[in-house]
This record gives sequence, C-alpha cells and structure tokens, in this order.
Amino acid sequence: MREKKKKTTIQKRESIVAWLFLMPSLAGIMFFILIPFGDVVRRSFYEAMSGKFVGIDNYITVFINEAFQLAAKNTGRFILICIPLLLVISLFLSILVMGQKKFGDFFKSSFLIPMAIPVASIVLLWDVFFNKNGLVNRMLSMLGGQSVDWMHTSKAFYILVFSYLWKNTGYDMVLWLAGLNGIPLALYEAAAIDGAGTWGKFRYITLPGLLPTAFTLFVLSLINSFKVFREAYLIAGSYPDNSIYMLQHLFNNWFVTMDIQKMCAAAIVVAIILLIFILIVRRFSNRGEEDSI
Amino acid sequence: MKKKRFLSLGILLTISLFIWIPLWMMVTGSFMGTQEINEMIGPVFSNENKLATWHFIPDFPTLKPYVELLLDSPNFFVMFWNSCRQVIPGLIGQLFIAVPAAWSFGRYNFKGKKLLFILYIVLMIMPFQVTMVSSYLVLNKFHLLNTDFALILPNIFSTFPVFIMEKFFKSIPKSLIEAAKIDGAGEFKTFFYIGIPMGASGIISAIVLGFLEAWNGIEQPLTFLKDKSLWPLSLYLPDIAKEKLGVAMVASVIAMIPAILIFLFGQKYIEQGIAASGIKE
Repeated sequence: MREKKKKTTIQKRESIVAWLFLMPSLAGIMFFILIPFGDVVRRSFYEAMSGKFVGIDNYITVFINEAFQLAAKNTGRFILICIPLLLVISLFLSILVMGQKKFGDFFKSSFLIPMAIPVASIVLLWDVFFNKNGLVNRMLSMLGGQSVDWMHTSKAFYILVFSYLWKNTGYDMVLWLAGLNGIPLALYEAAAIDGAGTWGKFRYITLPGLLPTAFTLFVLSLINSFKVFREAYLIAGSYPDNSIYMLQHLFNNWFVTMDIQKMCAAAIVVAIILLIFILIVRRFSNRGEEDSI
Repeated sequence: MKKKRFLSLGILLTISLFIWIPLWMMVTGSFMGTQEINEMIGPVFSNENKLATWHFIPDFPTLKPYVELLLDSPNFFVMFWNSCRQVIPGLIGQLFIAVPAAWSFGRYNFKGKKLLFILYIVLMIMPFQVTMVSSYLVLNKFHLLNTDFALILPNIFSTFPVFIMEKFFKSIPKSLIEAAKIDGAGEFKTFFYIGIPMGASGIISAIVLGFLEAWNGIEQPLTFLKDKSLWPLSLYLPDIAKEKLGVAMVASVIAMIPAILIFLFGQKYIEQGIAASGIKE
C-alpha cells in the first residue's frame, strides 16, 4: 500500500518536471501559432472589413476563384508526380550505394551536397542552363534541335520537378539507407536458403521491411515539396508560367493585396486537405503506431 | 557479380555528375573575369538573340571578381550580415526552448503526452503558407513586422528540432538515468549531465539541419520584411545577377560557403538526424 503511494507521488513529481521542461516551448507555440491560428479559423467565417459573420461564404469565394483552382491543380499535380518519382529514384540509388563498399561514402556525400547549396546560389546556374538563350538550348542546337523557352512555357513544370529531385534525392536516400540497414540480414540468409532470387528477396523482404520508412519519407518529401516555391520564385518571380503557378504563389500574391479573409479560408482548406491526404497514406502504409509520423 | 558492380558504379558516377558539374561551374565561374563571364552567359541576362556558352576551365583565371565584390559591393556584406543576424539567434533560441521540450517528450511519461506530440508533428508538417496569415497577424500585433525578430521568433518555436531530438533522447538507455538517480542526481542535474551529453549528436543534427533550412529562407523574409535593406542574402542574391553578372558567381559561391562548411563539419550529424526522423518506435 505504502509502496504504491510512494510510486504515485514519484510519478506525479516526474510529470510536473516534464511539464516544466515542456512549458517554454508549449507557451511559445500557443502564443505564436495556436492562438493566432484559432483567430484565423474565426476570421475565415467573417468578412474582414465589416466584421460581419458570413458563414462559409469565404470558403465558397476561395473554391470558385480561378487562381485558386489553377494553383491547387498545379500543386496537386506537382506532388503526385514528384513524390513517387523521388521515392523511387532515391530508393534505387540507396540500393546501388549499399552495394558499393569502397565508394559508398563518396556517393552519399555527393548526393547530399545539394541540401547545403543555397537555393539562391543554384538558381543562377539553373537560369544559365534553362534560359531560352541558355546552355541546354545550346546543346540542343548543336544536335540540330529547336530552342525551347524552358522557364516561360509549360516546360517550366518539368524544370521545377528536376530541381526538386536534384535537391531532395540525397536526403531521401539517407533515410532509405537507414531503413535498409534496419532489415535483419538473417532474413535474407533464410530466404537465400529457401532459394529466393534477387527479385524475390527485394519483393518479399526489402519492400515490406521498408514500408514504415516509406511513410516517413512520404511525409518529409511532402513538406519539402512546398519549398520548390523558392526556386520557382527566384527564377520566375510572382507570376511565373501558368504551369507552375502554385498555391504558394497564390498565398504570396493574396498577401501582397492583403486579401486576409481569402487567405484565412484557404489556409484552413489547405491544412485540412493535407491532413486528410496524410491520414489516407498512413492507412495505406498500414501502420498502427501513433508516435512516429 | 563484378560486372554488376561496375554497372552500378557507372550509374552512380553518371548521376553524381548532375551534382559535380554545376558545383564545378559555380566555383570555376567565380574565378573568371567579367569579360569572359559576359561573353559566355551574357545572352542569358539580356535579350540578345545568341546562345550562351561555357568554358569548362576559365581562359584566364583571376581573383578580380572576388576583389570587386569585396570593394564595390558593400550591399552584399550588409545582406550577408542580415542573414547571420536572422539565422543565428533563432538557432541559439532553439537550444533553450526545443532541447528541454524534446527531453520532456523523450524522457518522461505524462498525461496528454501522446496528443501533444502529435500536435507537434502536425505543426511540423504544415507548410509555411498555412501558418502565414496567423504568423502575420501575431507579428503585426506586437509590431515585430519588418524587424529581424519576425524571422527569429517563429524559428525559435519551430517543432522540427523537437521532433528530431526527441528520438535521440529516447534512445538514451534507461539504466543510465536510473544510475544517475541512485547517485542522487535530481531531475535537472540528470538533464544537464546525462541528457545533454548523451543527446549531443541529436542536438547538433537538429541545429545543423535548422541552419541549412534557415540560411535558405525565402518565404519568411519575403512575407515579413518589407524593407529591402533588411533582406537576407537568400533573397538578395538574384538581384546581383541582374546588375553585375561578373560578381554574381562570386556572390553565389560566398553565400554557399557557410552552408558548405557546416555541411562538411556536420555531415555525420546530418545523416544521423535524417535517419533518426525515420526510426520507427
């Protein structure tokens, strides 16, 4: 009886200490993010100027806004094309790097370097390559091809895909490598005894073993996909070609014109869509654990 | 077997060229004279109907662009200093705010912990655009817009470092903490003498990743800093190219140096940090 009492007081004490450690961070988050975001939720139902309650009118305005439709479509298209592509390429590379005993570290470093190169530095080169007078067109013309205005036509979309892959492949590769290293070798040995070939081992051991990693990778890649705005903005400015006009541009432009009520509603729409998207993928990757993302 | 290894080596080498060639071009480009640069890539920045070329090795390597940037572009250094002022305090702030929070999540069990941690993860996932208006509203209320604090404060309370460091703190063996307790160490002593040293690589990972992210910041300064003289290097750099192509390469290289140094110093930690974010519970 006494023992039990002692234990609960310890637990109580510990949880007080835990809250103390957490307090500064939690207070900051409340103050800087949660409370203001609550205000955004409220504002999304009101008219900014008159302060009149307008129900879901702001949401309707956002949904029928043509710029929003275009931006949402482009952002969705970008995510759906880039993330699978990134996951497959980085997995492929991580398997190749795993097989390299001597040069593995060299390649790992090589692929990670783009993480460290500031976007502002590299866009200068992307411009040199993909400008309509740029080096890619120079190469094309030497091969007898036609010049293409890469950045200011619908081709811009693919340039953006390229720059996203360029920047993020290393990051994802390191995560895949961690996942690959986490698969017990014994499983492969056992499979070899049972006569499994390379493909069989990949299909029945590697892929299932990587599923949890895949989910994390998906989420982190999703976060990073929103950051291609940096390249897009630095190369093409606030109003790039229609094919790369993203939600990020839209928010930026609404911000410039101080369209607060639209922004509030749109922020909530984007947040909800992202959460639903992540929950669906989480279901799909079939993970019960709550703690890790 | 051997053939396969060669094939894989070949593929890896080819792909790594996509990284090494631009890097090589940037570094060698920074040693080219203004005239050479203008001749090669001038057409990109003007409306001439001519295609750009590139010399893979500079015709006349020179340090002149560096000197020119040093002497003629005081703006560059103002922006460089802006970047430092906006990035470094945020990271130091993270040490005081995020480290204890991560320790709390990694070390203790308390009511509501799970829910709170999910909240932290959700906040980490949300792109800047979702919290853009709310951040604006709060910064505006406290008259912090158009000051360095508009970038520093939100960064201090970023939940990403908490997420990374929690994994490291969690992996500290329980027995070690128990042993410290038996020796009479209180909760705070345990944090300082066990937690921080044992979780050091996690802390460094988070800070290094945080630096690379903040040094690259475009969205936040673009939104919260109206005054161009406060802009960080990341926003200002493209302007240089329009004005002075000759020094643009040098400016790009110098902007890259802090990030590359941190990368070289911290690559091990970066890898650990990235890998930690994937560890399943």
